Amino acid sequence: MQKSSSSYYQKWRLLKDNIARYGVVAGGMGVIAAVVMIFFYLLYVVFPLFLPATAESASQYAIPEQAQGKTLLLDMEEQNQVAARFTDSGHIVFFNVETGKTLLDQAVAIPTGSQIISFAQATPLNAGAVIYGLSNGTALIVKHDYKVTYANNVKVITPSIAYPMGEKPLVLDDGGLALDEITAQISDDSTTVVAKTAQHIYLSSFQKEQALFADEATLTRTDAVLNLPSAGVQEMLIDKDGSHLYLLSNQGRLDFYDIGDKSTPVLKQAQNIVEAGQAVTSLAFLNGDLSLMVGDSSGLVSQWSMVRDDSNRSMMQKIRAFKVSDKAVVALKSEQRRKGFLALDAAGDLGIYHSTSEKQLIKEHVADGLSAVALSPRANAALMQSGDGKIHFWTIENEHPEVSLKSLWQKVWYESYPKPDYIWQSSASNNDFEPKYSLIPLVFGTLKAAFYAMLVAMPLALMGAIYTAYFMNPMMRQYVKPVIELMGALPTVILGFLAGLWLAPFIEEHLSGFFALFMVVPTVVMAFAYCWQFMPKTVLEKIPDGSDAMLLVPVILLAGILAFSISTPLEIALFHGSLRDWFRNSLGIGYDQRNALVVGVAMGFAVIPTIFSIAEDAIFSVPKHLTVGSLALGATPWQTLSKVVLLTASPGIFSAVMIGFGRAVGETMIVLMSTGNTPVMDLSVFQGMRTLAANIAVEMPESEVDSTHYRVLFLTALVLFAFTFIFNTLAEVVRQRLREKYSSL
Amino acid sequence: MIKEWFKSGLPWVWLNAAAVSVCLIMIVSVLGLIAVRGASHFWPAQVVQFAYQDDGGQVQTLIGEHVDSSVTPAVMARANGIKMADNEDTLIQYLVKTGNRDVTGSDFRWIQERHVKSQQTPDDIMVIERREWGNFYGRLTAVKESGKVIASGANANAIALQKLDVTLGLFKDIAHIEKKEIGAVNYDLERLRLKQKKLQLEQQWDAKAQQEVAAEKAAYDKVYNAYQAQLQGLYQKARQDSLLVKTDSGSEVEISLAKVVRLYQPNQMGVFAKIGHYGSKVVEFLTEDPREANTEGGIFPAIFGTVLMVMMMAVMVTPFGVIAAVYLREYAKQGFVTRLIRIAVNNLAGVPSIVYGVFGLGFFVYILGGNIDQLFFPEAAPAPVFGTPGLLWASITLALLTLPVVIVSTEEGLSRIPKSIREGSLALGATKLETLWLTVLPMASPAMMTGLILAVARAAGEVAPLMLVGVVKMAPTLPLDGNFPFLHLDRKFMHLGFHIYDVGFQSPNVEAARPLVYATSLLLVVVILGLNLSAILIRNHLREKYRALEG
Repeated sequence: MQKSSSSYYQKWRLLKDNIARYGVVAGGMGVIAAVVMIFFYLLYVVFPLFLPATAESASQYAIPEQAQGKTLLLDMEEQNQVAARFTDSGHIVFFNVETGKTLLDQAVAIPTGSQIISFAQATPLNAGAVIYGLSNGTALIVKHDYKVTYANNVKVITPSIAYPMGEKPLVLDDGGLALDEITAQISDDSTTVVAKTAQHIYLSSFQKEQALFADEATLTRTDAVLNLPSAGVQEMLIDKDGSHLYLLSNQGRLDFYDIGDKSTPVLKQAQNIVEAGQAVTSLAFLNGDLSLMVGDSSGLVSQWSMVRDDSNRSMMQKIRAFKVSDKAVVALKSEQRRKGFLALDAAGDLGIYHSTSEKQLIKEHVADGLSAVALSPRANAALMQSGDGKIHFWTIENEHPEVSLKSLWQKVWYESYPKPDYIWQSSASNNDFEPKYSLIPLVFGTLKAAFYAMLVAMPLALMGAIYTAYFMNPMMRQYVKPVIELMGALPTVILGFLAGLWLAPFIEEHLSGFFALFMVVPTVVMAFAYCWQFMPKTVLEKIPDGSDAMLLVPVILLAGILAFSISTPLEIALFHGSLRDWFRNSLGIGYDQRNALVVGVAMGFAVIPTIFSIAEDAIFSVPKHLTVGSLALGATPWQTLSKVVLLTASPGIFSAVMIGFGRAVGETMIVLMSTGNTPVMDLSVFQGMRTLAANIAVEMPESEVDSTHYRVLFLTALVLFAFTFIFNTLAEVVRQRLREKYSSL
Repeated sequence: MIKEWFKSGLPWVWLNAAAVSVCLIMIVSVLGLIAVRGASHFWPAQVVQFAYQDDGGQVQTLIGEHVDSSVTPAVMARANGIKMADNEDTLIQYLVKTGNRDVTGSDFRWIQERHVKSQQTPDDIMVIERREWGNFYGRLTAVKESGKVIASGANANAIALQKLDVTLGLFKDIAHIEKKEIGAVNYDLERLRLKQKKLQLEQQWDAKAQQEVAAEKAAYDKVYNAYQAQLQGLYQKARQDSLLVKTDSGSEVEISLAKVVRLYQPNQMGVFAKIGHYGSKVVEFLTEDPREANTEGGIFPAIFGTVLMVMMMAVMVTPFGVIAAVYLREYAKQGFVTRLIRIAVNNLAGVPSIVYGVFGLGFFVYILGGNIDQLFFPEAAPAPVFGTPGLLWASITLALLTLPVVIVSTEEGLSRIPKSIREGSLALGATKLETLWLTVLPMASPAMMTGLILAVARAAGEVAPLMLVGVVKMAPTLPLDGNFPFLHLDRKFMHLGFHIYDVGFQSPNVEAARPLVYATSLLLVVVILGLNLSAILIRNHLREKYRALEG
């Protein structure tokens, strides 16, 4: 009985032991797996940035209501359910995007006796308006609308058309000449129409003014005739503000007018935009209407943008080009929310590109003889009409076109910038803004901050470590080491706060005194040391060996006071006023209150304990027999140190510096609080910077989940992670090697 | 001679010594700066009355605390466009805290010493600490009750203090009703709303349920209205009395006692009165809620939030850290793999804390939290419950961040335990688990303790990751309160470190908030250095113990 219970107990013990074994192994592995997961999770978020875009054919069908005429324009609404086909007979055919079934076929109110001569989609594109130029010198503006309703929890989209300027056509040419080219800019309170007849180019603008208590708005009309021969004008475009007009002539010349004042258009520039011998085959604004995309007969699409030149004039300039195809470009369509565009070529290929990242995202063959194309507002579907009378519906998966290795790491010529540059500017209030995701300014800022921090920390920490490990008397070392290590425990938010609110104004006020410190303190210390050897023996004997550091504390304090008190008179004598003004006026170096100098001192302070502690350990654990041997051979302590100890400990010192550098790179709060956080690339010690870590802290809370911005921020976190990982691993491997070496010595 | 001296290498030794001295000076002066500025904030300063005459202006009276001075050489002052007489070498300026922001538009004013005709510290100047608009400096002329003067002249002061006591008592009641009672009712109403929505989602929103919910709601509304009525009465009572005060420019201002927190006449105070005042300010700082966008009052919610977050983190990090260390030291076969793991763990300690924040936000908040919301709180949608930064995610993120600290420290403790002890236990027939549980772990417990303390110290001072995973500048409710389930893991919380960042850098009136930031810094530094020191002491004690054991 007793035996069985005891064996039962034995079994229970062994079982417990086994459970614990597996539990601990599982737990231990789990913890380590969790830690590895951080890396993989970051990678998982970043990865979609570099996934290629895809496009695939979803369906194709015969052109709906082909009898109503040739297609002038295809368009699609937000939900990718209803599309519209505008025909040359003045019909608008709304049809189901997937099946091509006609939903509504409506004729536009074209007055009898006149025909449609010209047609254009009005800017901005998302307003959904088109304009018809008629044979009798009048024009008609039509808007297509889509109403979303929910009937029995099913989404129903009902298309309709409206006439924002009235059903009666606007008279542009009193003589009744046909309008053979037309364009318009339409918004809630103003409309600008430019039309061309065989003789003139007319510009008419309508301002809607709502009187305070009136229901009806009054329209004010301004007319002007452009002082330009109308012959040869092939295409016309107005930007969304209605302030710039572009006329394309058939020799490939672009005339750019400022029409800010509608009654007096001013010609700003005339420029050839294609190579000689080539013709412009399509023209479109990029989203935001700041750049023109020009497709030509050689298959080249070039981007022309307003660039401010040296004399501060805005001029059209070609900022980049895409080789789309060997054949002519047939159609260009811009995305409505990003800086991407779609191009069709004569070979029947569909290409999707992004201007900032200069990337070809998609290139697929669709069908021969492509003519019209519609790109959905979310840029995730396209409709194309092919030569064999079919409409092709393609879906597009293209989440992050803005990011390419080039847009992250190389100079990019952004719209309205005078030249290619590295810029980080991730968001703005308007939605046609071009996000600028260059990581270079952030990496530069990070390295700059770390560099100045190391400049302060390295000499202090390493020299301090040498002295503490090798010369200081053990009693003192016992206290000094923990005190300096305790420095490392100070929360960085406090260091940042002191740096930003105390040190920064202090340095600003006492800049010269601060620089004087670097000269006065070493000089005074040397002078004191020199004089010290002439002290009477009785005094020298009372001071224990290796407590020089304590002796020097009052000396350095006095030297500091001296430095600050002589600095002001010196400043006045040498620089005729404050040093700061002198820097600005004589050297042209601006002074920012929260600058690299402040960061250097504050972050240096934070890094000193890390470097000090590891370096001190390395030096202290150099085997004693090496130093004793060297001293016995007659070397002075300094010779022993510099020739034996430091050489032996150098890998340890190296790893200390690496780890310190890693810490400086990743530090967030100090830089966040003691720099201006502007992502500038300026080496000057008097300018601020923005680091990777601070950038994450500033922008992460506001970024939308899974957006490109969010993923790019994760990428910067990954870069930080990789950076510190490499440095720390290097340091760790070197240290382990060193430990083995010591144990073998 | 000098050449020889240089050759001996001694100067370099001295320079190295100087580096140590500089480090020591730096740390002592930083600590000293925080201590002096932080601790002096609560001491009642003398209020000075200046007779001040600007260039060609009238002599005016200025009342305020002298906060700071600056000395500028004449050359630079001239460059800044200040007219200086030929015989003046320097321009001395005082920064005076004049208060009365509602009257003058600013709290602080720079004045030039040469324009000060006289300064004195009259006894009758009164400092009024207010709930809004900062301090008021002036002279008390009369006390009013419901618009009628009840005391003026010499005895106004005593009456004002008496009345203030009564009003403050009323405000205590008001705060209790507003925060505790009405807070609880509001919480219950919100739960009722969620219950209703849940029933609707589950298609159980029938007549019976509707009736029940309506009845419950009516009951809560009744309680709520009763409290509202009570509050109204209290407010009316509190707003009865007011003070008539004369500002430095001579105009008379009426201040309702309901807006006053504290009244005192610093120039009259003796040392003991000042110590008493200091004590009451310190108590206020530690136990009360902040006022005026965190720039005045106390920091209790921040202390509470920090402590709670750190405690939750400690609960999570200790078992995992210890298990990982036990695995590494006791179970895993030492070799390439363990070496790799050690490198990884050491590495993690060096990963920037903001990266942990990014991970916490992406993984814990959006992925884990988002899924928890979908599964368990569909009724709260579209408002997130756990799918938004909060206490739970903050403490888990920091647990991950401090894991290496605990692992390394525990491992070190385990490695110091002599092999003989384990072998002895195993030889006596104990299983590995028993050996571990009954001998090794108890011996290593001080090492774990050290690791835990270091982890807590690290977590208490960490701000960057918290900014992403749950800290806010102003949390309306504490994460721990009297409403079921008492501990609200989904709530956002306040944190001392973030408080420093926020008040020091994001507040509209940085100059006025600065002393409070120093005080908060001092508190944080004291806590963290205390924790670190105790960790060092435990470690040293432990080393001594093992040395004895080995010997």
